[in-house]
Amino acid sequence: MNTSMNYNFAFLDEYAKKEVRRSILKAIAIPGYQVPYASREMPMGRGFGTGGLQLTLSLIGVGDTLKVIDQGADDSVNAVNMRHFVEKVCPGIDTTTHTADADLIQSRHRIPELALTEKQIIALQVPYPDALVVVESSEEKRKIMHGEADYSRLLVKLYEDIVKFDEITVSHRYPTRINGHYVIDPSPIPRWDVPKMHMSAALILLGAGREKKIYAVPPYTVAEPLAFEDVVFRVEDFTDRATGERRTCARCGSDCSFLDEFIDSHSGEKIYQCSDTDYCDSQLALRGEDAHG
Amino acid sequence: MDKILEVRGLSKVFGKGCSQCFASTGPEFDTNICPHCGSVVAAHDLSFDLYKGEILGIMGESGSGKSTAVKNLYFDQMSTCGEAIFFDDDRQWDLFKLNAAERRWLRNHRYGMVYQNPNLGLNFGISSGGNIAERLLMSGLAHYGQIRERARELLQRTEVMIERMDEKPGSFSGGMQQRVQIAKALATQPPLLYLDEVTTGLDLSVQAAILDLILEIQRELNTAMIVVTHDLGVVRLLSSRVLVMKYGRVIESGLTDQILEDPQHPYTQRLVASAL
Repeated sequence: MNTSMNYNFAFLDEYAKKEVRRSILKAIAIPGYQVPYASREMPMGRGFGTGGLQLTLSLIGVGDTLKVIDQGADDSVNAVNMRHFVEKVCPGIDTTTHTADADLIQSRHRIPELALTEKQIIALQVPYPDALVVVESSEEKRKIMHGEADYSRLLVKLYEDIVKFDEITVSHRYPTRINGHYVIDPSPIPRWDVPKMHMSAALILLGAGREKKIYAVPPYTVAEPLAFEDVVFRVEDFTDRATGERRTCARCGSDCSFLDEFIDSHSGEKIYQCSDTDYCDSQLALRGEDAHG
Repeated sequence: MDKILEVRGLSKVFGKGCSQCFASTGPEFDTNICPHCGSVVAAHDLSFDLYKGEILGIMGESGSGKSTAVKNLYFDQMSTCGEAIFFDDDRQWDLFKLNAAERRWLRNHRYGMVYQNPNLGLNFGISSGGNIAERLLMSGLAHYGQIRERARELLQRTEVMIERMDEKPGSFSGGMQQRVQIAKALATQPPLLYLDEVTTGLDLSVQAAILDLILEIQRELNTAMIVVTHDLGVVRLLSSRVLVMKYGRVIESGLTDQILEDPQHPYTQRLVASAL
């Protein structure tokens, strides 16, 4: 099927791509600032990752290698369909599931476990771009709060959390201050992934298609999760309360990755497995080599 | 005595305004609505000084412009013209020439405000302790333990039950809500506190307790206060000096005792006579 005959390369017309690229440049120039842009209609519903997709489509070129992830997995519905779409409208690109081989990574809700390099760009799909939306419903007021770097009400939210639960319970979309000023909603990545944004070698782009915003964490930029001086930010520890030990991946045995919880359909017990499938595969391969060698 | 606030010629007009607004309104015209353009002259040519640790009363009936004066100084509204200078320890702030960030800084660090309606001063979606934490966080404190401790101290000082500090203010009585609001306003130990009809709508015994609390705080922290009220009793109890306003103008000002015992302006005479 040669759909690309009927569509421009990468689906978007050249002016649309140019506009998105221009917004990306602005987002990089003002780390963490939400740049409004004219989000295009995509041939899928808003909320399916159209923001991330527009970033990918405006950046990708012939010879590039793309990896698409959905919740860490390359083979779940959102990732598979996005990958098919990009393959269809971008003749001449390669796709991969290996993090290390990708030039461009489009991701829904995870940053790969393998540290990204300066040569890579990751585009995250964002449902709600503004971290302040939970405390202030008026966008006009939120803009002023961002301008004045007034994030005290977000900290009050954390204060209330500690009062109630003795710890900060925000599990994902953890408000993170970029370059000492703007606080971003880093899309629903788990807390586990937040430290990966700090001084990241790769460019991190965030696109919200429905909300029409693009923002960025440029390479080697400070990204600090909001916290108190005496109640610091911490990532998920995956400790098994019964044994007191950290849970490991049931498939590859890794004890240093973000784990998903499954219910075993036979035994009905909870089992844990790496959320990042590529990482899990590579750990399994390493283990296999060890066994052979 | 050190001056903390100097206000000169403060005016506030709601509406488009015209050249005759000020000349054709006021007590002598018995209106504050300009007959030429329909604008409301809420306050005109308000001038006064406030000294450190002093309580100044602003008295008048509804619509006389007493709240407008405070709202302009607290930046809830933008003044139409006039000048006001706030004397900080090491600098003077020309209040009506500040940018938004400076205004916010001053509100968070140097001012306290207690509104008649606790809905305005408190966030009912978070706990009482959280309300105080908000104010402390705004002023840059980022240590959970210290914030918690300070919130506890403040609520204790304003006689709110400590066991209830993690409850939302919506579950409190009106008097308690007002105490939480006072605690919040005092969180950053501001040198200047605005009180806008703080006891209105509370029953008499609670009123008395709140007024006592305000007086105690003024003596402890030497906080300068501007007290806006229509209640002569509040003025008599709290303030040493008082301004009487009508139709946006100050019609009489002086020592509280002098004004209440020997009012000169016919309106003040009527006001005092009707209350006593």
